[in-house]
Amino acid sequence: MTKKPSLTVLASLAAALAALAVALIFFVAPEDADQGLSQKIFYVHVPIALTAYACFGLAAWKAFRLLTTRGERYDLESYSGVHQGTIFGALTLVTGSIWAKASWGVWWTWSSNQLVLFLVLFLFYCAYFMLRYSIEQGPRRERISAVYALFGVALVPVSFLAIRLASDFIHPTVFTRDGPQMTGKMFTAFCVSWAAITLLAYVMYRVELAGKRTDANLRELREALVS
Amino acid sequence: MSSSEKYVAAAYGVFLVFVLFWVVIIAAKLSRLERETGELARLARARVAGEPSDG
Amino acid sequence: MIGYLGDVAALARKDLRLELRARDTLPAMLLFVLATLVVFHFALPADAGDDPAYGLLWVALVFTSLLGLARAWVPEREAGALDGLVLAPIDRSAIWLGKTIASLAFLAAAEVVAIPAFVLFFAPLDAHALAGVVLASVGICAVGSLVSAMAAASRGREVLLPLIFLPLAIPIVVGGVGATISEEPGKFLAFLGLYDAVFAILSWAAFEYVVTE
Repeated sequence: MTKKPSLTVLASLAAALAALAVALIFFVAPEDADQGLSQKIFYVHVPIALTAYACFGLAAWKAFRLLTTRGERYDLESYSGVHQGTIFGALTLVTGSIWAKASWGVWWTWSSNQLVLFLVLFLFYCAYFMLRYSIEQGPRRERISAVYALFGVALVPVSFLAIRLASDFIHPTVFTRDGPQMTGKMFTAFCVSWAAITLLAYVMYRVELAGKRTDANLRELREALVS
Repeated sequence: MSSSEKYVAAAYGVFLVFVLFWVVIIAAKLSRLERETGELARLARARVAGEPSDG
Repeated sequence: MIGYLGDVAALARKDLRLELRARDTLPAMLLFVLATLVVFHFALPADAGDDPAYGLLWVALVFTSLLGLARAWVPEREAGALDGLVLAPIDRSAIWLGKTIASLAFLAAAEVVAIPAFVLFFAPLDAHALAGVVLASVGICAVGSLVSAMAAASRGREVLLPLIFLPLAIPIVVGGVGATISEEPGKFLAFLGLYDAVFAILSWAAFEYVVTE
């Protein structure tokens, strides 16, 4: 069993990085010439999106391990990964929507490929929970959940390609946002924010995993004691 | 507060609220786990106390 | 390899024979697709033009195939035969391939009625559109057989299948509509081919994990 880095250390590091990120974002990084203040949303929206992808990737990796090694622990790890990914995915949609309103005056647009991709993924991974909870607990459920999580990561590039192709002819109104010409300070702020959010997601993942494992252990204990 | 400031605040605020909401859910779960371990500890104690009188 | 293909053929033949005898899925699919096309006529505004109709064709195809896929594993489930198949000395992926081929045959039969009806009711379809229909059908059945088996293992199966299937079907709809209305149908057909390759291989490899206890 590999020794996991201490949760307390990681959580403290996440908090410190978050404080540093806020300072950098609002007091050091210059305001964008084109977009003005609303560009600052970029520092929280993009790391959240990247973190969601990372969570889904982690869930798929754990799912793969479950199917190839039959290790017990991978099921809950994969499930927690999907759960965190869905939370951050929902957050991506909400912050993206706010950013769209700030930049373009609309709460939703089909021309933002990333937003549309996240909508599709969000639908896909919400169905994961419906699927998981309608199957009896046991190895069958673990395996089906794992296969579904793997399909999810295959869906990401394929959907992205589809959405790119679709934008050619389906939705002519295109909003563009000049990619921030990032100065050194902006880039630093972005990286620190990304590190903070990724670490926060990992801490949340570990806390949830501990909760689920404890639940499972308690159930076993109860069965042993009550019989 | 200008409208861009409001949106920036909204975006960061939503993030904060989501995380706090998650904290609430985890806190509720922890209380439930605490309650259940308490019950199980009671059961275990009763079982141990009852043992000496078993055959 | 020959044995594998023989198993696949036997399984597909069994499904086709069952359907020919019972005749419950295919007629329903045919009627459903025709009814849907009629509903679409009333759903489209008078000056809509051809493009919205082409889009709706793909909606009709996806939902008609959902109807067929929902019943895909019912014969096995009702007879308790799936466990028997899984225990038999055949590669589990052959079960998936056999089912995919059978579903494809049913979907093709429905399309043989749906496509002419669409051309009659709405607008003509060119070779690219038809190629798109073929490629999309392969993708639908490949993914659908696997996903239908997942839903079959659950309690809320009728409700669950569309939920699981639709996000995966979105790229297919994009490819199909693109092949039908875009000026560069080639890239959409290539995309459909890519989708089919990726998801057929995935489904083929993953099926055994979905079916074994």
